[in-house]
Amino acid sequence: MSTPVFAPWNDPNETPLIRFKGVTKRFGDFTAIDDLTQDIYAKEFFALLGPSGCGKTTMMRMLAGFETVTKGRIELAGQDIAAVPPNQRAVNMMFQSYALFPHLSVYENIAFGLRRDKLPKDKIDARVAEMLKLTRLEKFARRKPHQISGGQRQRVALARSLAKGPKLLLLDEPLGALDKKLRQETQFELMDIQETTGTTFVIVTHDQEEAMTVASRVAVMDEGRIIQVATPDGIYETPNSVYVADFIGDVNIISGTAKANGKDQYFVDWGVNQAPILAHSERPFSEGQECHLAIRPEKISITKEKPEEAENAVQGKVLDIAYLGNLSTYHVELPGGQIIKAQTANTRRLSRRGITWEDPVWIRWNATAGVLLEH
Amino acid sequence: MKRLSTFNITSLTLGFAFLYLPMLLLIIYSFNASRLVTVWAGFSTQWYGELLRDEAFLSAAWVTIKVAVMSSTVATILGTMAAYVLVNAGKFFGRTLFSGMIYAPLVMPEVITGLSLLLLFIGLGLDRGILTIVLAHTTFSMCFVSVVVSSRLVSFDRSLEEAALDLGCNRFEAFRLVTLPIIAPAVISGWLLAFTLSLDDLVIASFVSGPSSTTLPIKIWSSVRLGVTPEINALSTLMIAIVTIGVIAASLISKRSAVRAQQDAQTAERTA
Repeated sequence: MSTPVFAPWNDPNETPLIRFKGVTKRFGDFTAIDDLTQDIYAKEFFALLGPSGCGKTTMMRMLAGFETVTKGRIELAGQDIAAVPPNQRAVNMMFQSYALFPHLSVYENIAFGLRRDKLPKDKIDARVAEMLKLTRLEKFARRKPHQISGGQRQRVALARSLAKGPKLLLLDEPLGALDKKLRQETQFELMDIQETTGTTFVIVTHDQEEAMTVASRVAVMDEGRIIQVATPDGIYETPNSVYVADFIGDVNIISGTAKANGKDQYFVDWGVNQAPILAHSERPFSEGQECHLAIRPEKISITKEKPEEAENAVQGKVLDIAYLGNLSTYHVELPGGQIIKAQTANTRRLSRRGITWEDPVWIRWNATAGVLLEH
Repeated sequence: MKRLSTFNITSLTLGFAFLYLPMLLLIIYSFNASRLVTVWAGFSTQWYGELLRDEAFLSAAWVTIKVAVMSSTVATILGTMAAYVLVNAGKFFGRTLFSGMIYAPLVMPEVITGLSLLLLFIGLGLDRGILTIVLAHTTFSMCFVSVVVSSRLVSFDRSLEEAALDLGCNRFEAFRLVTLPIIAPAVISGWLLAFTLSLDDLVIASFVSGPSSTTLPIKIWSSVRLGVTPEINALSTLMIAIVTIGVIAASLISKRSAVRAQQDAQTAERTA
């Protein structure tokens, strides 16, 4: 028997932990959040992803209580939290700069919130010990924040924000200050800790790889609006717009006009002297409607010979090759001047890479390889 | 090490002589056995002994210290509050005017400050004494504290305070438990600055002091008008010594904390 997939957002009987209801936030004339409605469920690892200035940090700061809502309401466990000051919310935040108190030891930093709750000393000791163990910091309890490394500081910040057992933990670019290797390790640690504690996590990040790795659902934001909310593979494989497709990973966009070809199939007329592209789409398009086909480079294969029986095959010329070790990306110029990226995995160490610069090549893909988008 | 050229040696000597020769003369003559200030008659410490037996000097010293401690403490509290509001409150109506007005007393001629305070105290019917000097010194040293503390607050990471709020502090607790301990060095140096300003103020104190509240600078000034005595030299030497010890101690403390920070950084690297 397989364990049921965690997807409370598909269950109509679930009540969300957090509800944004028509929330608008303005700073003077600038609208940071524009009439936003979104539910987040308990035990979710929800990622807010977007370029800087898209409003993701404002959303988080409204949840923490550092910003007020201009219009609309935010509910936490069914209650409007507008009137609750930050120190009385069952929400804790892990700051981008970690905001560790430099004059207190690691132990005292983690105990800080518990002491404000006037807990008895033995309870505080036990809870801090538990947090130190969870984040593998037992050895560093007596150190001051400036006496430990960046990765350890990040774990102290996490332990401190989890110590009070919040209903909701907010993480503001939690791994931004770490180098790449440490960041990848820490992503898995974060997921483990989230699973162990069962806390709802909302993470703000501009790093799409990070959001894809850790999150149960990703919300892609732009200019104060959520463009799409979906699971990581949903966001990657079925983006709802060119913006999302382009923001997450690498993509080729071929624009043209649609022409129906039986059920859920369309011909995309994209170039004057080019055969139309066959594409599968569940989203309906009217005859002659403008459309954009988004295809990921790894779904396009490249050969020197003309492929037989391909649903789509176009001839072009190799313009550039990017050898990345595990992958090679070929930039292929099509006769119309458009450049298409095709990616192949270098699965064999000593394969003969027959394709080189200026070579005439064929690229091919299936009708289901790409997504047909309206805008 | 590079050897100094003749030109450098000459300019160094001239510069330092200009700065320290007067003080050096004063120190030397404080150990003069003769009562005549300008004639050297052999080494003696008798004037120090006489100074310690002089009731008038001792009571003036006591008044000065009381005034300095009280005024610098009040000035530190008010100055820190002013700095905190000016740095953190963001934009509000009249902010520029407020910050300008906080710093204006820095450049205000002391004579004017003293005179206006005197008029105020007379208007209020306050008897001139220790209280009026404390009030006056607080008024002018508070802006110095505010300058020192606000320069520290500008580089203070606001998210530390937000973290404290987030972990259950109210605004006051966040300030007391997080902000204040972190900016403490700036607050302390603001206090020291206010303390020294109060210690050597003559102009304002002479406007607002009463007959029973003569401070040391006033006492020295009035004694010198009757002629420089070796006791004054001894007193000044003591004051120079106290200031020197204070400055050396302060620099040693800051050097030690710098060394410790470096060691901390190394430990962090080794255990990373």
